[in-house]
Parts: sequence; structure tokens; C-alpha cells
Amino acid sequence: MTIGIGHYLTVAACLFTLGMLGIFLNRKNVIVILMSIELMLLAVNINLVAFSYFLGDLVGQVFALFNLTVAAAEAAIGLAIVVVYFRNRGSIAVEDINMMKG
Amino acid sequence: MIYSAIVFLPALGGLIAGLFGRLLGPRPSELITTGLLLVSCVLSWIVFWRVGFGHETAHVAIERWITSGELDIGWAFKIDTLTAVMFVVVTTVSALVHVYSIGYMEEDDSRPRFFAYLSGFTFAMLMLVTSDNLVQMFFGWEGVGLFSYLLIGFWYKKPEANAAAIKAFIVNRVGDFGFALGIFGLFAVFRTVNLDQLFDAAPGMAGKNFEFLGYQVDILTTLCLLLFMGAMGKSAQFLLHTWLPDAMEGPTPVSALIHAATMVTAGVFMVARLSPIFEYAPLALQFVVLIGSITAFFAATVGLVQNDIKRVIAYSTCSQLGYMFVACGVGAYQAGIFHLFTHAFFKALLFLGAGSVIHAMHHEQDMRKMGGLRPKLPYTWALMLIGTLALTGFGIPHIAGLSGFYSKDTIIEAARAAHTPGNYAFWALVVAALMTSFYSWRLMFMTFHGQTRADIKTFEHAHESPPVMLVPLAVLALGATVAGAGTLYFVGEGQHEFWGKAIFNGADNHILHALHEVPNWVPWAPTIAMAAGFVIAYLYYIAVPSLPALTARVFRPLYLFLLNKWYFDELYDLIFVRPTFWLGNVLWKVGDIKIINGLIDGTAEGVYGVTQRAVRLQTGYIYHYAFAMLVGVALLVSYVMFMGGAR
Repeated sequence: MTIGIGHYLTVAACLFTLGMLGIFLNRKNVIVILMSIELMLLAVNINLVAFSYFLGDLVGQVFALFNLTVAAAEAAIGLAIVVVYFRNRGSIAVEDINMMKG
Repeated sequence: MIYSAIVFLPALGGLIAGLFGRLLGPRPSELITTGLLLVSCVLSWIVFWRVGFGHETAHVAIERWITSGELDIGWAFKIDTLTAVMFVVVTTVSALVHVYSIGYMEEDDSRPRFFAYLSGFTFAMLMLVTSDNLVQMFFGWEGVGLFSYLLIGFWYKKPEANAAAIKAFIVNRVGDFGFALGIFGLFAVFRTVNLDQLFDAAPGMAGKNFEFLGYQVDILTTLCLLLFMGAMGKSAQFLLHTWLPDAMEGPTPVSALIHAATMVTAGVFMVARLSPIFEYAPLALQFVVLIGSITAFFAATVGLVQNDIKRVIAYSTCSQLGYMFVACGVGAYQAGIFHLFTHAFFKALLFLGAGSVIHAMHHEQDMRKMGGLRPKLPYTWALMLIGTLALTGFGIPHIAGLSGFYSKDTIIEAARAAHTPGNYAFWALVVAALMTSFYSWRLMFMTFHGQTRADIKTFEHAHESPPVMLVPLAVLALGATVAGAGTLYFVGEGQHEFWGKAIFNGADNHILHALHEVPNWVPWAPTIAMAAGFVIAYLYYIAVPSLPALTARVFRPLYLFLLNKWYFDELYDLIFVRPTFWLGNVLWKVGDIKIINGLIDGTAEGVYGVTQRAVRLQTGYIYHYAFAMLVGVALLVSYVMFMGGAR
């Protein structure tokens, strides 16, 4: 069987859904949320590369590279925030982070 | 220059004592205000001499005030004989009251404030009497009202004093409402508020009508009635008199200055000042006579039974003001002002004398707890005797008498000569004269004669007042004795020359001549009434002291009717005060609390309730927000897809 665009998109959709569920269902750790976000970004990247390949347009792959850069930066900032937060509060359990409660 | 000095020296004194009183201390404040007023008083007599007998009138412009379209108002002094007479009355009584107060108020803590008010009052009164336009007059008018309020409520720790001050203020507002309407009306009709211009234009308006709610109404009559309403409030005339007796809660010198000699006569002065307008409104003048004679009679009846020494004199003042208005109403403005002039002396004398008694009795004002004070207070007794004789009009017709004899009898003769329907004004005044004599002698007998009813300790401690209080009394007594000598100039042969253009008598107003042609018995009527009043009072309070109680028992309903001042306070309470309270309560409890507060509080509470529910959405957990966001994105994407995709 040949691997078509449908397979790529299915994998990407699975990854995206996993990332999403990771955010919703995770009750433990903020870092897991960060990782889930990375996962979702990766799913988007797979989509971009797949479309780029099948449409014969390189722009998508270039865009995927930019995306990776942004993801790296985001991960750095996110982790930095988490570190600072831990220093201030002594916990990064998701349950404890509800200061925005009205 | 001299005129400005007279008017502004009291203001200066008042400002110094008022602003720097604490700094200076009581004694310097007293000396400064009193000294400046004495200067002002001396200058007033000079002006009186120059204007009254040298016929030197003047118009002094001080400053522009309001210029707006046709309305042009300035601060200016209109100096003529009428002003000069008022100058003398106001500054003399005020200066003497200042001197007297140094003694009377010596135990009070806030003397600088008292003297500042007194001087400020004098300034406002002088602004009133010098004004050359109605707006400046209104300024002075409200100024004296304000200081009257402040001085009645001077002892602000006494609840009755505060109530009396507020009552005086509010009742005066009723009158001032009419006065203000009158000024507006005069401006609407004549396009000016300047007195001289009004007087020039008034004859042209005589008898003209305007339409009001479909009726033809005489312009000048309407305006004069409105202006007179102001005079009724200020001069405590019938229906608006209720504040004057209560005003006796203030210190006695205040009663002498404001509520006897000067402020309450402002209404009379205003009617005389506006005589060139009133002369063309005969109907309004008839109303003035009616109100004047009712007041003279009514206040005298109430005065018969009062027990508070100051209230008796207050009702007497009210009654005498009625006399003055009768004189003005029948066209004898000169007689009204003459009575104002003499009355200022003897009534201030009586008030200050009463103050001397109260001072001696340690602030006891009830005459039932006095009596037999003559040996203790010989000078006060003698001086008050002169005041009483002057008030009752002691004298022998065609020969001589004290000041009140000349002025009051002139008014009574004028009332007879005016031929009011059934001569009601004349008879009301004669009967009032009899009652005046009765209550004046009753006051003297109850206070100074017979057995004392005071408790031993107070009586033992009763002492004659210091010279600083007795000297002003003596000066006033001198005035009360000899002021009658002015009769020739005020109302007699020399009146034309004396008054000049200050008072206007219409072409067919010959009342001042007519009053000499009344029947021969008429001049004797008040004299007989005076003597009869004395005899009855002697009978009641010296010869047969059990008579008053007996009379009160036999005529109990009448006695209670008089003792309760014809139930006017109760009536007003019923007609005005209670409904106002009720309305206020309704507006407060229903209008304010239920409707307005309900609306606003309801809105606030509604918003609070909604937000309470909205707050529950804000859990603070990231994943809830993320979930909401994703659901939103999903919905948006589905929507776009089902509507046919993004184009």
C-alpha cells in the first residue's frame, strides 16, 4: 500500500488530539502541559510538511522550520516561567495554580 | 465721604471683631466696634442736621454692581431726609446697644462674635436705608435677615434659640418671596430698578391693567401688594407675625436693636420710601390699613396676658408697627416715620430696661416671679417708667406730652381723618391704645411693685446694673422724652420743607391737613384710653391683686385664646408644618427610600447577582480556559465549514 496524504493527516490529527487531551486531563504538572503544547505544534508541523510535499510547494516546509524555532523559543520561555513560579510558590502542580479564580 | 463713613465704619468694626476677635480678645473687640459705631452715630447726627434742616440731598455712587442688558445696578447711596432719619435711628440705637452690651454680655464667652454680628447687622441695615435701587435694598433686606437669624440663635446651645432663629428665617422667606416678586415685576414693567427712575415713571402706569388668567388686574396695585408682603414679613404684621415673639430667645440687646428699633421697622421704611409708587395704588394702601389695624389690635390683645417680660414688649412692638402701617396706609407716611423715630427710642429703652431687670434677676424672665423690685433697681425703675409713659402716649392734648403722645396721637387722628369704613381703623387703634396702656402698666406693676414673688435668694441678690448699662438707658430716656419736639418738622407745619422730595403725597392726599380738622373729641380719645388703661391696670395689680386670677377664671376660654396667641402657632402647625412634615415623610420613605434607593440598589444588586454567576466560570485552572477556547475554535470552524467554507 502506498502512503498517501490521508495517513499523514491521520497521524497529525492523532498527535493533536493527544496533545489536547494532555492539556485537559493532566492534573499533575505544568511541564506536562508544556510538553502537550509541543506535541500539538508538532502535529501542525506534520500537516505543513505533508501538504508541502504533496502540493509540491516548498513554502510549507520553510514555514515548518519557522514553527520549530518559535516552538523552541516558547518552550524556553515557558520553562523559565515555570522555574520562577516554582521559586515563588514552591509548587507547580496544576491543581495549585488557580490564582485567577474569580 | 461722610456718608460712606457712616455706612462702612460699622462694617469695618464688624470685620475686625469677626475675623480677628480671637486674636484681639473680647475687650478690644468690644471697644473697636463700639468706638467705630459711636463715630458713625455722631456723623449721622451731623448728616441729619445738614439734610433735614439744611436741605442738602445727595446721591453718592460707590461702585457698579450688575450690568446685563437693560439691567443696570450700582452700589449707591440716596441721601435725603428719610435716609437721614433712619441713619439717626439706626446708628444711635445701635451705638447705645453696643455700649449696653459691654455690660450685659460680660459673662459670655463669645463676645467678639456677638459684637461682630451687631456691627454687621448695623451695616446691612444702613445699606438697606441708603439704597438708591431696589436690588441694593434687597441686599440690605436679606443682610439684616441673616444677622437677625445669627443673633436670635446666638446662644446656639439652647434648642429653643435655634428653633426661634430658624422660624424667623423661614417666616421672613415667605415675605421676601413677595418682595422679590415685586422687584421682578417692577423691572418687567418699568425696565429699571432705580428708585428715582421708578418714581418718575410710576404716574404713567397709574390705573393700567394687565391680564392674568383671564382677569384684568391693576399693575401697580399688584406690585404694591407684593412689595407689602415683604414688609409684612420683615415687620411681623398679622399672619406673618409669629416669628417676632419667638425671636425673644436671643440676647436682650439684640431684641432692643433688631426686634424693636431697626430691622422690624424696615417694612415701614420701605413703604414710605416707595410712597411715590404706593400713592398710585389706593387699593393696596387700603390693604395696608387693614393689616396695620388688625395687627395693632391683635398684638395688643395677646400682650395683655403674656407673662414673659420680653414677650409683652415684643407683642407691644408688633402692635406699634401696626400703628405705623396704618399711618402709611392712610397716606400719612410722615406720621408713620415719626412714630418709627419715637418708637425706636422708647421701645429700645423698654427692652434694655427689661434686660437690666433680667440681668439683675439672673436671667429670670417670668414676671410672675418678679415684683417689688423698685427699691432694688431704682434707676432702672425710673427709666422704664419714662419708657412706659412714652409708649402709652402720656400727655395732655394741645399742651404737651412725651414722644409717644405726639406720634401715636397723630396716627390715631390720621386714621380718623381717613374715614375708613365705619372708622374701623380709628377704633381699632384707640382700643389698642387702651390695651397698650394696660399691658405696659401691668408690666411695670408686676415687675417693680407690690409684694415680691421671687424666691428670697434671687431677690436678695438683685442688684442695680452697672453704669455702662444705665447710661445708654438714660440717653434713650432723654430721646423718648424730647423726641416729640420733632412733631413740628415731621408732621406739622414744617413737614413740607423738612421732608423735601423724600416722601411723596398724591395730589389729592391732604391727610396731614385733614387730621387737624377732626372733631374736637378725637384728640382726647387716645388720652382717655391711656388713662383708662392705667386705672384698670392699677385696679388689677395694685388695688385688688386677686382680680386677674378671677377674671381669668370667669373668661377662661377668652383667656386661653389670648394666652395661646389666638392659636396661630397651632393653626400654622396644622396648616403648614404638619402637611409639610407629612409630605417630607412621604417623599423620604416612599419617594427616596423605596423608589430611588430601590431602583439604584436594585440595579446594583442585579449586577452583583449576574457577576456572582459569571465569577463561577473563572475557575482559575488553565485547562478550563483552554477547553473553552478549543470548544470555541471547534464551533467556529464547524460554522465556517457548514456555511460553505472561508472564501
